[in-house]
Amino acid sequence: MNTNNGANIGAATDRGILAVGAYLPRLRLDRKSVAAGHRWMAPGLRGLAQGVRSMANWDEDAITMAVEAGRRALAAAQAPAPEMLTLASTTLPFADRLNAAVVASALSLPKALAASDCGGSLRAGSSALIRALQGSGGQQLLIASERRIPRPASTAELMVGDGAAALLVGEGEPIARLLGSASLTADFVDHFRESGRDGDYGWEERWVRDEGLSKLVPPVVKQALQAAGVDANRIDHFVMPEKLRKVGPMVAKKVGVRPETIVDPLFDRCGDTGAAHPLLMLARTLAKAGPGQTILVVQFGSGCDALVLETTDRATGSDTEPAWLDEGQVETNYLKYLSFTGQIELEWGMRAEMDNKTALSAAWRAEETVHGFSGGRCGECGTVQFPASRICVNPDCGAVDTQQPYRLADEPAKIRSFTCDWLSYKPCPPFMFGHVEFANAARVLMEFADCDPADLAVGVPLDMVFRIKEVDPMRGFRRYFWKAKPQLKAGE
Amino acid sequence: MANGIRDRVAIVGMGCSRFGERWSDNAEDLMLEALSEALTDAGIERNKIEAAWLGVCLEENNVGKTAGPLAQGLRLPYIAVTRVENACATGTEALRGAVYAVASGAYDIALALGVEKLKDTGYGGLPVRTRGVVADLWLPNASAPGAFAQLASAYQAKYGVSYDDLKQAMAHVSVKSHDNAALNPKAHLRNKITIDDVLKAPTVAEPLGLYDCSGVSDGAACAIVTTPEIARELGKRDIVTVKSLQLAVSNGEEAQFSNWDGASVRTAEVAAAKAYREAGIADPREALDLIEVHDCFSITELVLMENLGLSDPGRAPFDILEGRYDRNGKIPCQVDGGLKCFGHPIGASGLRMVYEVYQQILGRAGERQLPKADIGLTQNLGGHPHQNVCAISIIGRLGA
Repeated sequence: MNTNNGANIGAATDRGILAVGAYLPRLRLDRKSVAAGHRWMAPGLRGLAQGVRSMANWDEDAITMAVEAGRRALAAAQAPAPEMLTLASTTLPFADRLNAAVVASALSLPKALAASDCGGSLRAGSSALIRALQGSGGQQLLIASERRIPRPASTAELMVGDGAAALLVGEGEPIARLLGSASLTADFVDHFRESGRDGDYGWEERWVRDEGLSKLVPPVVKQALQAAGVDANRIDHFVMPEKLRKVGPMVAKKVGVRPETIVDPLFDRCGDTGAAHPLLMLARTLAKAGPGQTILVVQFGSGCDALVLETTDRATGSDTEPAWLDEGQVETNYLKYLSFTGQIELEWGMRAEMDNKTALSAAWRAEETVHGFSGGRCGECGTVQFPASRICVNPDCGAVDTQQPYRLADEPAKIRSFTCDWLSYKPCPPFMFGHVEFANAARVLMEFADCDPADLAVGVPLDMVFRIKEVDPMRGFRRYFWKAKPQLKAGE
Repeated sequence: MANGIRDRVAIVGMGCSRFGERWSDNAEDLMLEALSEALTDAGIERNKIEAAWLGVCLEENNVGKTAGPLAQGLRLPYIAVTRVENACATGTEALRGAVYAVASGAYDIALALGVEKLKDTGYGGLPVRTRGVVADLWLPNASAPGAFAQLASAYQAKYGVSYDDLKQAMAHVSVKSHDNAALNPKAHLRNKITIDDVLKAPTVAEPLGLYDCSGVSDGAACAIVTTPEIARELGKRDIVTVKSLQLAVSNGEEAQFSNWDGASVRTAEVAAAKAYREAGIADPREALDLIEVHDCFSITELVLMENLGLSDPGRAPFDILEGRYDRNGKIPCQVDGGLKCFGHPIGASGLRMVYEVYQQILGRAGERQLPKADIGLTQNLGGHPHQNVCAISIIGRLGA
């Protein structure tokens, strides 16, 4: 067991969590609808068939959700650009292509960046957070993101959710500091997933609880508390994803944490977002916590991580739930979920046969254009245009080689024209797209994301979101670009 | 200052295959069908053709690349043949090549021929476009109806036209073309339809329904051009000349700059203004006896009436509903059925439009003959409203 007295490392400096961001997909899969589909063969799933879990849209994956969470953390930060990016997940789309590099370019982070993917277990996020908080010097953006695809009719299908959380860690005026942490590494295989496969394989829950959680977690938590110099009964928020139900109270009791401090594991709101979940729950806790409160974060998986954090005066908690938790649209079509996750193959017709081979050389040339949504602003007349071009598009200007990079991802925009196209192939028809006009007068023909036909009208305000543009199943490649998401009223 | 093309080149022969689902015919069959008619019309032998332009948009659809398919299919005797492609404006582009070649004095007799085998895709509608390179990284993979449907939403917003009024006017466009095509034996879709049929049809790309979309057809059309002098030597008395040929190509302003309303076809405005000037037309509303426009979708025809200067801005839906562009209206539009019903074999469409104007001027249009047809306009559009090529020709009687 490895313990660390965070106070020795962190207390002298102002290193800590500077900002948080979290993202859940708009869609919330109705668990009753899932269970109804399986009632004929797995009637026992009914017991879990309450509420909703978050569900990635067809064009979302661990990368795109990480980008959205990262954008939110950076927007909240008002800090210098990070020098390091860590992307934690067990479901990154590429085994060899730095997923964090896609995220970095979508966030327009400086190219002089240390970036890494980490995975391996559901502790990927919590372990990375310990390392980030223990590290010294420089801003580090840690994003944990997960889109798991459990086997149909498994309990995991109902338990898991898709989502991402981002924490900006570094020196400054943190909202929370690490007081101490502890980690245990053990090849306790409660579940596993072979590389390249979807769906976990797991062992009996009673064994996982009695021999795993019950025996392995409490000593680590005690070590972390000891390292932090904090009594268990002083913990104000106990953050532990609900690996199995009722485990939180069991651990709390064993280590002496007050049961009323157990943080809602968000089962009813989004489900367990895997490696992202401790960070997602922490993000929510930090949004609600006041100053001087202690937070215990525990994550189990091939061992255990435990962190004890303390909020600073910058923590100005609010009783209201953060907006990212409130948004959502219930999806009751289980077949749509199966199609989105590639678990059934529908007849999409010949238009879906289009070869989506990507010219990797062209993709690199256009990397900042495509990932960074970078257009050009003419130094002569100020016209913003996408993509940047050698000659200014303004007919009254036409200056050559005057354009500076100009990022459109965070610019206000609205719909100029639109359609809902039932002819073009899209994994979620109709294909909605149209001319988008930015407040700076730039104009781009774009796809619309996360909306229904009724949400589209000329003049509707838009937010830009980073999404999968096209998938190339023949070669296992996927390309990303930005889409325009109509601003919907909360709760829609 | 250039003098333009007006009256410098005559059309002495035209041909057009029957358009439709020509399952048993290949491109060679269609080309020969069109050329045979044109040669008979011109009264010349095939070996009198000195140079040719072939218009094919989608060569991968069983036609083939280069000018070879024309030279080989028609066994042209080692003459200069050029293949041109400018999306759906390809047919008019081929005509431009042949007409300019004659006007330059380089050749006495030239051929423009467009052909397309669209029905070899395995499904209805235009084929999925082939991939480019960079633009695919960000541009939506839009279908043609999806791209043209954009006009409708922007048009409604700009002019405050209600959805129902616009749908009614669009339906009128399609019903009219079906009525006209019923009189045209070469047309692909000759059935009559009702406004109700249009309004109740399945949606393709909101607000375009099935009957708002043009037919997808196989076909070929061609023109033999020469000088007016040679036309006379060939015994032609009614000489039909080219009054104007204009082409305007988007430079990215519509797609990327903020000065386009999204409710119009900018290139058509530019090309029309130049075409009227070249043809010496002061008031197109009075001068034009008929028009054939690129009605790939009903909404396209609707906005084009404004962009060609024939309806006032915001008035096209009402002019259409009042019958201004009907067969018996002030400016008959698509008297042959248009792309909508004659069909749209892409490379042939521009030449098919000219074919109809030519037949009308010569009084050979049979049941669909207009009482007066001295001068007509064709407009051929390739691409999408925000990024396109627009070709306009004005064809008329020599001296008109």
